[in-house]
Amino acid sequence: MKNLRNILLRREAGIFVMIVLFCIAVGIERPQFWTLNSLRIILLLVPLIMIGAMGQMLVLVARHVDLSIGSMLGFSAMVTGLMFRHYPEIWWPVGFIVAIGTGTLLGLFNGVLVTFFRLPSIIVTLGTLNLYRGLTYIISDARQINRQYIPSDLKAMSQTSPVFGIPWIIIMSFMVALLTYYIVMHTQLGRQIFAIGSNPIAAPLRGINVTQVTLIVFALAGALSGLAGIMYASRWGFVNPSNTGAGFEFQVIAAVVIGGVSINGGVGSVLGTVLGVLLLGCVSAALPLLGIPGTTQNAIYGSVILIALLIDRTVRQKGLASLARSKT
Amino acid sequence: MRLNEAHLQTREQKLETTLLRPNWHILLVRPESMTFVMLIVGIVVGSLLSPYFLDVKYILRSFTLTAEFSIAALVLTLVIIAGEIDLSPASNMALSACLFAYAQAAGVPMPIAIFIGLAAGLAMGAFNAVMVIRFQLPSIIVTIGTLILFRGLAQVIAGDKSIRVVDWFIGINNHLIMGVPLPVIIFLIASIVLGLVLNMTTYGRQIYQIGTNETAARHSGIKSKQIKFGLFLLIGVVSAICGIMTASRLGSVRYDLGLGGELQMVLMAMLGGTYIFGGRGTILGTFLAAWLLVVVSTGMTVANLLPAIQLTVLGVLLIVAIIATNFIYSRTQR
Repeated sequence: MKNLRNILLRREAGIFVMIVLFCIAVGIERPQFWTLNSLRIILLLVPLIMIGAMGQMLVLVARHVDLSIGSMLGFSAMVTGLMFRHYPEIWWPVGFIVAIGTGTLLGLFNGVLVTFFRLPSIIVTLGTLNLYRGLTYIISDARQINRQYIPSDLKAMSQTSPVFGIPWIIIMSFMVALLTYYIVMHTQLGRQIFAIGSNPIAAPLRGINVTQVTLIVFALAGALSGLAGIMYASRWGFVNPSNTGAGFEFQVIAAVVIGGVSINGGVGSVLGTVLGVLLLGCVSAALPLLGIPGTTQNAIYGSVILIALLIDRTVRQKGLASLARSKT
Repeated sequence: MRLNEAHLQTREQKLETTLLRPNWHILLVRPESMTFVMLIVGIVVGSLLSPYFLDVKYILRSFTLTAEFSIAALVLTLVIIAGEIDLSPASNMALSACLFAYAQAAGVPMPIAIFIGLAAGLAMGAFNAVMVIRFQLPSIIVTIGTLILFRGLAQVIAGDKSIRVVDWFIGINNHLIMGVPLPVIIFLIASIVLGLVLNMTTYGRQIYQIGTNETAARHSGIKSKQIKFGLFLLIGVVSAICGIMTASRLGSVRYDLGLGGELQMVLMAMLGGTYIFGGRGTILGTFLAAWLLVVVSTGMTVANLLPAIQLTVLGVLLIVAIIATNFIYSRTQR
């Protein structure tokens, strides 16, 4: 009984209930929402956001924010696309190494600026957001990588599936989530990230190498953006210097804060983030069914972030209040 | 005893030397001087690149392209000095311009349409202020949320279409007063007024105190919440004015008006030596930085650089500017 109560009191339970209620409400209005096909649509919307959200979650937990992930996605996808265009005979999985490597380098650059120059991450990544986007234009000569240059095996990854008709990229994104769960809960690094986020002053006193951990966090966010970049190429079959990854950071931040990751650092869970991503996917899939134009999406993302901020604040205050009550 | 005296003496000497530091030395370590030097260098390099560069008329006309951002950046400077930040002015410009254009396209008389735009800007400023001051949320995240929300609402109102502005209202940048375009005049007046407010009034000095140490400021009787609230309202209204000016310059309004303007505004403040953590910065710095940016982008256009490369240059400049100001301030601890 007590266990059940604990489960229900958790933040993740609230998001789960919201997803269920939302799906029921939309399903009553539009019964076709409850078909396997729309589940497929939802699941195909989420992989990129899921992977980006895992990186952003780590960054937010460490009390930073990375606005440049959309541009990192675009840049890594472009580097990989250019490689495929210039060397068509290359073995296609090499693309993954190239994309993830490029992303890691870009993320490390962010991390170096934040840690060694002690600059606020939000301003640094606002700068690199534009810097990386500009570089993407430069290396691509402002030209798109067209469909015929992307290897067909790579494109097939978002169509074919090993089990139950679930495409590869969906399975991969959930594997990334599992891996992040392992890192967060069962490795020293994961615990150190949380320690830095909950108390940046106490963390170095406990012998945590804050510089190193912060660098790793930004590099991980970059690496995951790179992975999302090659998956973008797989999912859509093209890479465009201006569209690819534009506004990606906002979707990801929205998903992560719905998932209960605190902007003030130190709070967040992989399960919550996954549920946040799924809720966002459900909303995005339901909009066209309900006849709401796609132009409302940005307004929804924006208000979702603000509402999540307010909820986060009340939870924090109520949480502290209940803690005080239980002690007396 | 003697040792102690000697020690005292050297301390006095040190104090004297710091007090008697020559004026030019003090001037040199001010971040605005860096901006000024860069401005001069920019002009020299630009005129070497192309003989057309030194055409004052051309530079003034180029300035009208970023005049709106520059005006908003002046107010943003005050907000940053007060220790907060606002990333939403560019989206605010888009939404208030869309509301204004929508109203006047629907046949509302022009003064009322302008009023609607300004009221919308004020409401957006108030929204930010309530979230930041009443609910005590970090302004940096709140304004990222409103950055998306305001532009999203503009997109809801305008869709993917562009709304035309009445013909006689078009062309604020073509109005010349003594050969200077009107937006530039407005920018000059705004700089002078805000510079005087910041330096000559109690209100202005209190903004610095809030940014330096808000707790101390509150304990010394400064109504920090009211002042910050006022600053958010001010930047809301000013952004609306800038949005309507942009509408008049472009002749039509789309939801992506001023897209990415937050980068340019933050960049102008940072290049002008405003300290990102608050408490330091001047209007003069932002004023010079606005001109510097115009010189840089004009130079890049004259040198036939792609717009994409200009984006890269702006990103690099932002990072270099914060590193440089942080460095200067860490060397001149007050």
